[in-house]
Amino acid sequence: MRFDPKTWRRPSLLRVVAYAGLAFLHLPLLFIALYAFNSDDSGYSFPIPGLTLRWFYRALERTDIHHAIGLSLSVAAMATVIAMVLGTLTAAALNRDRFFGKDAFTTMLIMPIALPGIVTGIALLSAFKLMDVTPGYWTIVIGHATFCVVIVHNNVVARLRRLPSRLWEASMDLGADTLTTLRYIILPQLSTALLAGGILAFALSVDELIVTTFTAGSDQTLPIWLMGQLGRPREAAITNVVALAIMLITMPLILLAWRLTKGGEASPNSR
Amino acid sequence: MRALSHLFYQRRTLTLLLILTPPLLWFGVVYVGSLLTLLSQSVLTFDDMSMSVVTELTTANFEGLLVPANLDIVLRTLGMAIAVTLGTVLIGFPMAYYMAHHASPAEKGFFFVGVMLPMWASYIVKAYAWTVLLAQGGVIYWVINTLGVRALLDAVLQLPVIGGDTLATSNIGRFLVFTYIWLPFMVLPIQAAIERVPANLLMASGDLGGKPFQTFRHVLWPLAFPGVVAGSIFTFSLTLGDYIIPQLVGPSGLYIGNMVYTMQGTIGNIPMAAAFTCVPIVLITIYLAMARRLGAFNAL
Repeated sequence: MRFDPKTWRRPSLLRVVAYAGLAFLHLPLLFIALYAFNSDDSGYSFPIPGLTLRWFYRALERTDIHHAIGLSLSVAAMATVIAMVLGTLTAAALNRDRFFGKDAFTTMLIMPIALPGIVTGIALLSAFKLMDVTPGYWTIVIGHATFCVVIVHNNVVARLRRLPSRLWEASMDLGADTLTTLRYIILPQLSTALLAGGILAFALSVDELIVTTFTAGSDQTLPIWLMGQLGRPREAAITNVVALAIMLITMPLILLAWRLTKGGEASPNSR
Repeated sequence: MRALSHLFYQRRTLTLLLILTPPLLWFGVVYVGSLLTLLSQSVLTFDDMSMSVVTELTTANFEGLLVPANLDIVLRTLGMAIAVTLGTVLIGFPMAYYMAHHASPAEKGFFFVGVMLPMWASYIVKAYAWTVLLAQGGVIYWVINTLGVRALLDAVLQLPVIGGDTLATSNIGRFLVFTYIWLPFMVLPIQAAIERVPANLLMASGDLGGKPFQTFRHVLWPLAFPGVVAGSIFTFSLTLGDYIIPQLVGPSGLYIGNMVYTMQGTIGNIPMAAAFTCVPIVLITIYLAMARRLGAFNAL
């Protein structure tokens, strides 16, 4: 789909601009990856004098990092499970015909991501304070699950919309009841979308900082630990290693989720 | 089991109710409940002497928002939100257009992943990366010195409002970080909108004598605009609520987010923090209403 010959020169300039934008998005991340191997302990000076693996060993010895990783992963796992259950239910409900309050319900669902994280964070905190709940593991999970639901919901609802109703009808015509159809027809069709939604929710939970600063109390998830490190420039070298580690945890997950949903879009059902 | 199946099939309302109850409880109680808890506190009194909240109704917190110092905070945040939105459109539009109309299928996938990965990469890692890049003696200063344009940078940093002592303490630096972090949120909705513009429409415009700019101005831009508005919902809302980037990069001077954070944290003045929280909520509600009119929701 090229332009006509008159404007042939434009795409080349456009191409440069587009690739420059892409480079802009990736260079900072690549530099952080490079800095993790920086042999100098200043953490930011450039050009870097040499490469080392020293900081990786140092980071491995740090128990505070172990705790932060452990907390982040267990919070993400729990939040993902809750989000997958609730997100599937909301997708199932909203995929149906109109019902009273449907628009209001949709709005409520997107509010946690449409409103800034700080609003969700402080709202939860003020409610926890009022109920005398001590911030900790479960308060973090509640916050994360709340904004993860919509991620799962979006993935599942997109797949449900593409499922032709004849699939369901054929199953029923052949004598299957509702639950059997659900078990053998609908759920298998949803599985990759559900998995992709769950993976994205997990990644989002591992990365989330703003809501968590309000709901975590004195516990440190990985992003909160990293935030605290910004006030310790002397430890910049170790911070760089952990920053790289966070990216290495989440990036493969994102790619996997993308592969899972991409396959679905290309399936003949989408037409 | 069989009976249960029939029940689900015949009583659709009952089934809907069963499906809807758990999420409704979660969102209704946990989310909306806390939101209302917070907002209701905005009309309570904060006693400066005892540093505690007194259950005495007042409008003082909202009047406090109109104090010049606080209005400054709102305007500063709003100004940055608008600047960042424009910045992301400027960089994001060509990318989105290239992705939608010029990239080969493989290239399109490459771009899509290339935009999506940084979007999902950890927010704090991205913000941290920029503090490293912008530092004096860091990568960006090295590039500028190597290119021999240091004098130009210093001249730009002399400018009022956008300048500062160094890149890391200037509004340019802060704008760069915000633009970087929210850029993918702008590219993807625009790309989705442009994807739906048929290429032959653009060719027709060219055939009818439209110059490339005219085609852009009168054909492409109006059709892509809902996507731009959809993207701007993110850039706008995210900038309005951010309190971490203003802390890390840029000149002193609070943002709405910082104010909320300080009010509830170190001072413990939840009522005032709640009143401040209303500002982004109101601004975004207005913005969403405008966006709905401009058809942005169909582009999401």
